[in-house]
Amino acid sequence: MAKVLLSAKGIKIRFGGVVAADGIDLDVLQGENLAIIGPNGAGKTTFLNISTGYLRPQAGSITFLGQEITAQLPRTITKLGIARAFQIPQLFLDHTVMENMLIAAASRLGSPSGYTALSALPELPEMERLLDLVGVKLYASRKARELPEGQRKLVDIALALALKPRLLLMDEPTSGVASAEKLEIMDILTSALAKENVTSVFVEHDMDMVERYAHRVAVWNVGKIQKVGTPAEVLADPKVREQVIGI
Amino acid sequence: MSGRIKPVTTIALIFFLVSAVGPLLVSSWATLFALILAKGIVVLGIILLLQAGQVSFGHAMFFATGAYTAAFWGKYVGGGDIVLFIALGGITSAVFGLIVGLFVVRYREIFFGMLNLAFSMVLWSLLEKMFHYTNGADGIRVPRPALLGLSFTPETFQYVILYVSLLIAVVAFYGVQRYLDSPLGHMLRAIKSNETRLEYLGTSARRVLLIGYVISAFLGGIGGTLVAIIQQIATPEFGFWTKSGEFVFIAILGGSAHAFGAFAGAAMFECVRFYAAAHLADTWQLILGVVLIVIILYAPNGLIALRQRYGQAKQGGH
Repeated sequence: MAKVLLSAKGIKIRFGGVVAADGIDLDVLQGENLAIIGPNGAGKTTFLNISTGYLRPQAGSITFLGQEITAQLPRTITKLGIARAFQIPQLFLDHTVMENMLIAAASRLGSPSGYTALSALPELPEMERLLDLVGVKLYASRKARELPEGQRKLVDIALALALKPRLLLMDEPTSGVASAEKLEIMDILTSALAKENVTSVFVEHDMDMVERYAHRVAVWNVGKIQKVGTPAEVLADPKVREQVIGI
Repeated sequence: MSGRIKPVTTIALIFFLVSAVGPLLVSSWATLFALILAKGIVVLGIILLLQAGQVSFGHAMFFATGAYTAAFWGKYVGGGDIVLFIALGGITSAVFGLIVGLFVVRYREIFFGMLNLAFSMVLWSLLEKMFHYTNGADGIRVPRPALLGLSFTPETFQYVILYVSLLIAVVAFYGVQRYLDSPLGHMLRAIKSNETRLEYLGTSARRVLLIGYVISAFLGGIGGTLVAIIQQIATPEFGFWTKSGEFVFIAILGGSAHAFGAFAGAAMFECVRFYAAAHLADTWQLILGVVLIVIILYAPNGLIALRQRYGQAKQGGH
């Protein structure tokens, strides 16, 4: 039995009349890639927001490596080892890709200097390695603003990896990317995660991606988890096929 | 990166050289350049905050704090030394900046600007109304201080304060440049472009902004102390909102993309005031207004951007 990294118990949250989480129980196991699927508005992103401290649940608790993290600040949770990549890449657009990475490295190290140059950080080669790992080293000296969307997504993930997280939460890593590029991005991504020993949870709409890259799948529906299992089990379930995948 | 800022740094060196040598040739420039340098130091602080996308409309409060620190010392303790005044002015303003900063760094944009304005108007009212201690609107005279125990005649003193201002300006300019290029400086800019991401990297944006704010208050205090010594007086006007506006005006005039924008803007501002006030009496504000309109229309990134634009045109041929 693999070690439980993140554990959610009885998470509830509602926005007005909309129930975004109605008793979510989920364990994320060390070393796995867990996919979250479900129709729009099922509460998938809300779960990521709660797990990273952006939202405070009205009931329930989340622990990370046994430590209570419910309603902690995002930066506190980040420091504990949970990093996040966004559906719309969140980069410092006026900085170069390498400067983005070095800001992340300086954040991880803490007590940033106000005198020594950012570019003199000893983490520079390590950041170069990570950019190379996700295949965007070519763009290191380009302004983040100049990058196409697909590359920005990879830089967004590289930023998360720069924090040396134990767990990476990703919101639709391949959305907004041409379908021809999806496989390539997911290949790069999953091999990078494996190499860095990072467990991942990713929200995904494309069932091909889920089938190919997830170890387990959790199906969200109206704020509840409908089913958890291997991709084969979940995608074969007639109810899931009808309600979530729509076949 | 360093290649891009070099031309401006060269101009900065030329400017500091002119400040050092020019007044030896034209004696009326001594006070003019001392004022340019002192205000430039204050505006460096405004430019720091502009990196984070925040405009303080109340920075005159730190300028006034520095000025009144020197004035109170002269009034209640007596005597005084330039080094002591500057050290005290800087420290008092930094402490005041820390207290105000703890409130204002929770807000952004217009709320940040207005809260700064509000704090500065409280200070202005106190300086104006507590007549018994501050002489109200008349202000407090700042007697000519010594420098490390040496006293000077008024003629020599104008050069003494010029070179003290120059030394501090060069150190502050270098320090701010280093700061902007450091991790903390880059994080300050990151607040402007994506505060959410900064928090998700594990860094407190408020803390980053607070550090910048205290440095900015420190610079404002030192500039205020220098101006009070140069003009030999501290009045509540030093802390009035129009003075805060003047600093923001100078920052926009000079350009906030580079630390030198502070001095480029201050030089333009004080020169226009100096010469226009001499020849056109009360219309110097009009001339400054026109200058600002021209800058906003033709060089929205300030005077220093003109140099960068010229450099690019030469390289790229467009």
